[in-house]
Amino acid sequence: MKKEELPQDDSALKVMTRELCYVKDNDGKYTTGLSTGWDVKKQALDNAWEEINERVEEARKAVTNGEKSPIYYFMELRLMDMPVLSGYTGFWSFNIKRHMKPDVFKGLSDKKLAIYAKAFDISVDELKNFKG
Amino acid sequence: MNKEISGFKHIQAAHCENGATTSLLRYHGLDFMTEPLAFGMGSGIFYIHIPILSINNGPAISYRSMPGWIFSRTCKSLGVKVVRKKFGNNEKAAHDFLDQKIQDGVPVGCQVGVFNLPYFPPEYRFHFNAHNLIVYGKQGNDYLVSDPVMETVTTLSEEDMIKVRFAKGPLAPKGHVYFPENVHKVDNETIKKGIIKGIKRSARDMLHVPGNIAGVDGIKYTSKQIRKWRDKLGSRKAGLYLGQIVRMQEEIGTGGGGFRFLFAAFLEQAYGYIPNEQLLAVSEDFTKAGDLWRESAVQMGRIYKGRINNEQKDFEVCADLLLQIADIEKQGFLKLKKMQF
Repeated sequence: MKKEELPQDDSALKVMTRELCYVKDNDGKYTTGLSTGWDVKKQALDNAWEEINERVEEARKAVTNGEKSPIYYFMELRLMDMPVLSGYTGFWSFNIKRHMKPDVFKGLSDKKLAIYAKAFDISVDELKNFKG
Repeated sequence: MNKEISGFKHIQAAHCENGATTSLLRYHGLDFMTEPLAFGMGSGIFYIHIPILSINNGPAISYRSMPGWIFSRTCKSLGVKVVRKKFGNNEKAAHDFLDQKIQDGVPVGCQVGVFNLPYFPPEYRFHFNAHNLIVYGKQGNDYLVSDPVMETVTTLSEEDMIKVRFAKGPLAPKGHVYFPENVHKVDNETIKKGIIKGIKRSARDMLHVPGNIAGVDGIKYTSKQIRKWRDKLGSRKAGLYLGQIVRMQEEIGTGGGGFRFLFAAFLEQAYGYIPNEQLLAVSEDFTKAGDLWRESAVQMGRIYKGRINNEQKDFEVCADLLLQIADIEKQGFLKLKKMQF
């Protein structure tokens, strides 16, 4: 890629930094250039977020309908998956899956709820009384 | 504490670990070090597509060698001792160690998670735990931070620093810090040897890792998968998968296309130490590969922009491009493998 071909499109990253890229100068030698963003990337990231928002919305519905416990919703909201949530709580994924059942969730001790609340960066109250 | 380690210079890089390696070694007097050299000597270029495993609900593809290897390998080649420390769950020990190092005047590389990194835009904060930054001082409650992907330096509060150093999940940093020690002057002969070692190792990794999911074979494997995705997953999800490839490939700090340009730049710089014309010729090959990686991203972008209205033939075009790339890279690495130095 030549230096003048380096895309200078919009991106979410530009509030933090421009991105350094390796490009060719006019003599065909490598140099570096700064890019504000590239549409192709922005679209991929936007799509990923659209997908995340849909997943969060589905999770919200599942909790409201009584199919899943709020743990499921907050896991999606915080972009976590099983290995990540397991890492933050120290619970095995087998147990986390159980805790996602509304009936099991109701019986969880405050101690366990506090661990989840900390992992999600919310209060125990927010976790217990799901407002959607 | 109020201390700024004098003589430390922030250097912006395309990739965080290259950047951390470059600026730490330059701080210790190795002025010849550049990002492409660090990347090349550390054999940062790689490719692996791990089947079944999914990351962020998409395919698991990596364009780089394991986190930490670039720094370790480059230092080893140059005879520089690497000190690494992890702290399990002991946040206090991790905090005290870092502060002590600042007090001693030693800039320290830290492995961090980006999910709680406040200066990253929210759109970029995923649970990725192998980001690297350098701490070069402390002003009151704030650490002075050189994040290699940024144009300028920044700061992190004590609380945020603990959070990002103790991010959890895959590749959890556990407070991991690292820095070079006993750095002596390095002669040209050692640099040359390091370059050759890096080249040969990259050729081996890309050509001879057993199985069909790593190295240039891995690129072919991805190509094969792409042809199946639309039938297997439906056009919408298949499009999202392509989007994930592009993000893994082109986003800041990762880089499929970007890494090929870096490797090409490395070979060009290698020529400055080892005047063998073939290095320049292979550098051109990898520039071509980098351009094609970007072209494949554009092609994939056409598909996921429309999201629904895509056809199988669009996927075939992407798959064919990857095959072409695999071939160019294979030829390039074969030439490097056979080269006599």
